[in-house]
Amino acid sequence: MSESASVPAVELHGVGKSFPGVVANHEVDLSVRRGTIHALVGENGAGKTTLMKILYGVQKPDRGTIALNGEQLTLHSPTDAIEHAVGMVFQHFMLADNLTVLENVILGAEGLYGIRDRARAKVAEISRAYGFELDPDELVETLGVGQRQRIEILKVLYRGARIIILDEPTAVLVPQEVDALFDNLRELRAQGNTLLFISHKLDEVLAIADEITVMRRGTTVASVKPSDVTAHDLAELMVGTELPSPSTAESTVTDQVRLELTDVSLVDPVGRSLLSDINLRIHAGEVLGIAGVEGNGQTELVETVVGIRRASTGTIELESRDITGWGARDRRGAGIGYIPEDRQRHALLLDSTVWENRILGHQTREPSTRGVWLNLRGARADSARILEQYDVRTPSVDTHMLALSGGNQQKFIVGREMSGDPVVLVAAHPTRGVDVGAQAAIWDHIREARKLGLAVLLVSADLDELIGLSDSIQVILRGRLVGEFDPQTVSPQELGAAMTGAEGEAS
Amino acid sequence: MTAVRRLATVLAAPLLAFVVAGVVTSLILLMAGDSVSRFWDALFRMPDARNFVNIINNSVVLYLSGLAAAICFRMKLFNIGVEGQYRVAVFAAAVFAGQAWLPGYLNTAVAVLVAMLVGALWAGIAGLLRATRGVSEVISTIMLNSIAGTLVAYLLRQVGERRGETMTTTPLPRDSWVGGIPLIPGEASKVYGFAVLAVLAGVAYWLILNRTRFGFELRATGASQPAALASGVDVKRMVVMAMLLSGAVAGLVGMPLLFGTDHAYASTFQSGIGFTGIAVALLGRNHPIGIALGAIVFSFLIEQSNVLDIVAQVSPDVVVVTQGVIVMSVVIAYEVVRRYRNTAEQRGVARSMGGPSGKQETEGVVA
Ligand SMILES: Nc1ncnc2c1ncn2[C@@H]1O[C@H](COP(=O)(O)OP(=O)(O)OP(=O)(O)O)[C@@H](O)[C@H]1O
Ligand SMILES: [Mg+2]
Repeated sequence: MSESASVPAVELHGVGKSFPGVVANHEVDLSVRRGTIHALVGENGAGKTTLMKILYGVQKPDRGTIALNGEQLTLHSPTDAIEHAVGMVFQHFMLADNLTVLENVILGAEGLYGIRDRARAKVAEISRAYGFELDPDELVETLGVGQRQRIEILKVLYRGARIIILDEPTAVLVPQEVDALFDNLRELRAQGNTLLFISHKLDEVLAIADEITVMRRGTTVASVKPSDVTAHDLAELMVGTELPSPSTAESTVTDQVRLELTDVSLVDPVGRSLLSDINLRIHAGEVLGIAGVEGNGQTELVETVVGIRRASTGTIELESRDITGWGARDRRGAGIGYIPEDRQRHALLLDSTVWENRILGHQTREPSTRGVWLNLRGARADSARILEQYDVRTPSVDTHMLALSGGNQQKFIVGREMSGDPVVLVAAHPTRGVDVGAQAAIWDHIREARKLGLAVLLVSADLDELIGLSDSIQVILRGRLVGEFDPQTVSPQELGAAMTGAEGEAS
Repeated sequence: MTAVRRLATVLAAPLLAFVVAGVVTSLILLMAGDSVSRFWDALFRMPDARNFVNIINNSVVLYLSGLAAAICFRMKLFNIGVEGQYRVAVFAAAVFAGQAWLPGYLNTAVAVLVAMLVGALWAGIAGLLRATRGVSEVISTIMLNSIAGTLVAYLLRQVGERRGETMTTTPLPRDSWVGGIPLIPGEASKVYGFAVLAVLAGVAYWLILNRTRFGFELRATGASQPAALASGVDVKRMVVMAMLLSGAVAGLVGMPLLFGTDHAYASTFQSGIGFTGIAVALLGRNHPIGIALGAIVFSFLIEQSNVLDIVAQVSPDVVVVTQGVIVMSVVIAYEVVRRYRNTAEQRGVARSMGGPSGKQETEGVVA
């Protein structure tokens, strides 16, 4: 290791990349030692994803050089990159919904281990080695975000990657899963792999990385060792602001019930129970946090409240009106804002412009529509307002959604869903993928609205966010609410234990 | 300046496609041992006044058919069934109008509504099957096409009357005919009065799809079904609605012919318009003006090919190949032009950024 380690696994020099109207990368230098975990941090739109896409051959740099293991080369495509043992797991997953786990892994790599027994054995082997717990024959359609991510990692390993890029892998995970993932990453590192990962969670970065590179406005501004810096220093390097803390000010909870679920249950078409006996009540000015390990019914709960799924039994009331029989459009029209967990699939039209996306989900409300007509001017003007108020960085409201960085897409969605004074906001991971500065801003926006009487159903994998924003926290486990906690007194450890059901098993 | 450039990039793709289609057609002619130059001379000879009117009239019909297909395309639904839909629709309208229950143009107007309704219902079957049973609309509309053909032939024998060799419905009363527009002075053949209908349909198409909530929801469903669902669109209902709308427009396809020239539905009624309409919609990229241009190009080729075997001793069928190649290459050409434009734009931005001091002032964004 000692002599080969002197040649960096990845060496980028003077890399530049522009998109129409935007300079994404500019004079980027990056050096990654072999067999290390290297973290890349920086505010939304700083150019992290673009840089990694260049390294993975998805984007062609306009200028600059790339060297892998000391060999200078040009990557024309991901196939090229994979041949040089570079693999990437994207910020937004790229899986075919209607295929099984196994098929997704094999797709495009049929030449490696065939498509039958050998492939299946290989997938099982990797899955076991890293504790992925994936059923190879399950349809991806039915899987949650956490499982989808594991498939993506599996795909990369299956293709023999030795330099593995992970774009915000921890954004979708709860702390226990993050620990598990980090164990995997350490294991991968121990076996001589090189890992590059992007994250907005600075504590995690400090915990796992051997080296950290900070990007700002398209260029690399610093490379530091975690032992030499604090999260505070990192944040300052990134955005030049202080680390925010999501501590709630005085309680604003009123006695006016905004949203009430009574004995709600949900059964899937084959008779499996997804939600059972859900009883909850959210008042005006209250944030109710839902804590739980991914896949324990959060998605289903949220979709049942919004009206995408219909409760099998029980009633849902919005401001004392029974809305159980209402469809999603009526519920949203009545003032339910919705931030879904999978923004690219459920909240955006990627090939449409920013202003067209302003209309999405708000088809029955001012200012995006007027009666049966679209209000183009209203939608454009209000989009411009969102870009401004929520600091969405993009050239104009005519830019296509696809061209916004992940965090900027998220900021836009939050801004849109907070528009028009929602009565209830159903928010799944509202700050997923946004940088520390924007996260603080979004928290402020939510607190502000809460003060004015907004009721929020908050699902988050970020326990600090849950504890900091919520007025009360309910833990969800296997489709049931299993315990209520006071965020003032609960510790992340206690919550974590309740989420995995450890508490119940111990007693 | 920028407007000119934009127009150029819009036109670049179809022009490229025509060039490719020209080359491929020439190669086929060469292989078949036909005269290439005589073929092109014949195809591009100046159409005389009568041909000219024919081209316009045929475009009108193709345009309606293209619109019908385009409505579904905007939602990523493939309504292959315009053919069957216009057939049952025009038959129903012919039977209705032939009874002359209503006087004059009222008869015409109601017959048009009957056609739209019948076309919509026929397409609605495929929509319902898709929404309730998940049956692919491609398969069901193809099957409905063949059922439509048989059904209409059968009904025609039941209610029609024999005129020489063919069966026909009761002819429309004269006062329900729609007169032509004498576009070219001194020329006997006239442009369909129902050309106006096509223009209105085009305007309505644009308005509904681009300016109404319904149109937005339809496009959103086409762009991303999960996102549409989450935004409150009832996707199943949308499928049925789109098919109904598409079928209603398909119902209009036969109207100019019925009220302008044929004045009855006979077994010889023009067929194949529905299939050509699909190609026209593809060529026009589902844009109301694009579809119009596509319809004109196609009917120009059809009209000009009529005399090919006489003038150039070439089978007119070659033109069908030309049409096919145009559609295929236009799809590819659009992609090529799009990529070229993107790289050009990026290079432009990169150049304007210039040296190391050229860092952007705003965060990562230069407008
Ligand atoms: N395909 C594209 N077309 C146009 N612009 C793009 C495209 N991809 C990225 N950009 C722009 O390039 C800039 C950098 O984007 P990038 O996705 O690399 O940011 P990021 O650092 O990953 O941000 P985030 O933390 O929000 O994910 C952004 O301004 C973005 O809008
Ligand atoms: Mg990114």
